[in-house]
Amino acid sequence: MTQKAYSYYPGCSLSSTAREYDVSTRLVFKNLGLDLQELADWNCCGASAAKGTNHLLGLALPGRVLQQAEEKSLPLTTPCPECYSRLRFAAHEMKDESVRRQVSEVLEKDLQNNVVVEPTLKIIWEYEGDLHLKKSLAGLKAVAYYGCLFVRPKAVADFDDEENPRSMDDIVARLGVEMLDWSFRSECCGAYLSIPKPEVAYRLVYRILRGAKQVGAECVVVACPLCQANLDTRQKTVEARYKESMGLPIIYFTQLMGLAMGYSPEELLLDKHLTDPLPLLRSKGLA
Amino acid sequence: MGGTSTVTPVARSSFLLHVEKESGQRIMDCYQCGKCTAGCPAAASVDITPRQVMRAIQLGLVDEVLDSSMIWLCLSCQTCTARCPCLIDIARVMESLRLIASREGRAKEKDVALFHRLFLRSVEASGRLWELGLGGFYNLSSGHPLANVGLLPSLLMKGKLEVLPHQNKVTQAAVKRIFERASRLESK
Repeated sequence: MTQKAYSYYPGCSLSSTAREYDVSTRLVFKNLGLDLQELADWNCCGASAAKGTNHLLGLALPGRVLQQAEEKSLPLTTPCPECYSRLRFAAHEMKDESVRRQVSEVLEKDLQNNVVVEPTLKIIWEYEGDLHLKKSLAGLKAVAYYGCLFVRPKAVADFDDEENPRSMDDIVARLGVEMLDWSFRSECCGAYLSIPKPEVAYRLVYRILRGAKQVGAECVVVACPLCQANLDTRQKTVEARYKESMGLPIIYFTQLMGLAMGYSPEELLLDKHLTDPLPLLRSKGLA
Repeated sequence: MGGTSTVTPVARSSFLLHVEKESGQRIMDCYQCGKCTAGCPAAASVDITPRQVMRAIQLGLVDEVLDSSMIWLCLSCQTCTARCPCLIDIARVMESLRLIASREGRAKEKDVALFHRLFLRSVEASGRLWELGLGGFYNLSSGHPLANVGLLPSLLMKGKLEVLPHQNKVTQAAVKRIFERASRLESK
């Protein structure tokens, strides 16, 4: 049987603050027999900065990534919701022929705009084969936190429910983890405002962490590098500001998958988080 | 009752038309239900809320809109867009307002505008975002030299930050050209 292959676009965060998301994603895909072929010479998608500065630039930066994927004739995948959103948005806008021509003009290459873009979360969610699990993560209680861009807006991201997404809950529940119901699945974490306007982000991070705590979660499972960074690296500040102890490790769903597949916490870079997940995992006999 | 009553159309200000053209959204469809504001993560931190921004555009209140903090603190989380019963892409309207304000050199939230500029400068320089560089340049240019430095030792120790920007000549050259061509074509 030939392996199913994808063009892989990790995006900037995954080669820096979210390296553990990249490493664990690659391990999970390898274990599932899915081939990730990283695009050569990929560039930044422009994130929120490009689209709010020059609309055409905000389309052309992800446009170049789409064009690289077209050349490889493989479906394109990325673990990052911001990258995913920018790629899908550019493809969506380019359904308008005049926009497609404009972006092609910037790139000096004729974009066909025919490449399939799917996030790694969706591919794993829809994977029907054996997950090759070596151990159960039963005993662990978690909430799944999706953030914004994997679920909104429907015209761009259309694989899970906008208000009450299930994909990550389903995947992590398959590992034996008890997934708790809660109200903050797709609330915003404050995104990049944690740098230029931290007080806005602190308030949002606090509400999310408190929401997780209130339903009895022992950790928060995430799929977004920015969500992870905000909930993890801002947690100490938020605890001090709101005089409330949280102690909630913020773990990528692919790290938990890797753990259940038999990889060690070190291989999955579970020691990279600021709120250390290892004491919790050890107390459950998982590390 | 009957079909005889007439509605006098409100005169559409040039500002309203400008925003409609820039965003591609039908601003006059907004009937002020407030769902956008109810779900907005920034609403508690802004001067005028998304609902008020929509009304102010309808009324042609240029300064109230372009000098608001709302258009800069919008997180593009898309909740308003997802929930608007009139199918207005409100996040897109906020984005268009940021574009219009930027062109006029207006920015109520200067640090946010600066952050976006430095983000793009980082991408333009190497083709990819250099997170440590962005943080450093932001601290130096914003007048908050100590912002986030408390996090630096643990982030560096855990190998979470690239010490140097990405080095790839192909990406770098291609992205530089995209920036040049996009700004030339956009200004046409």
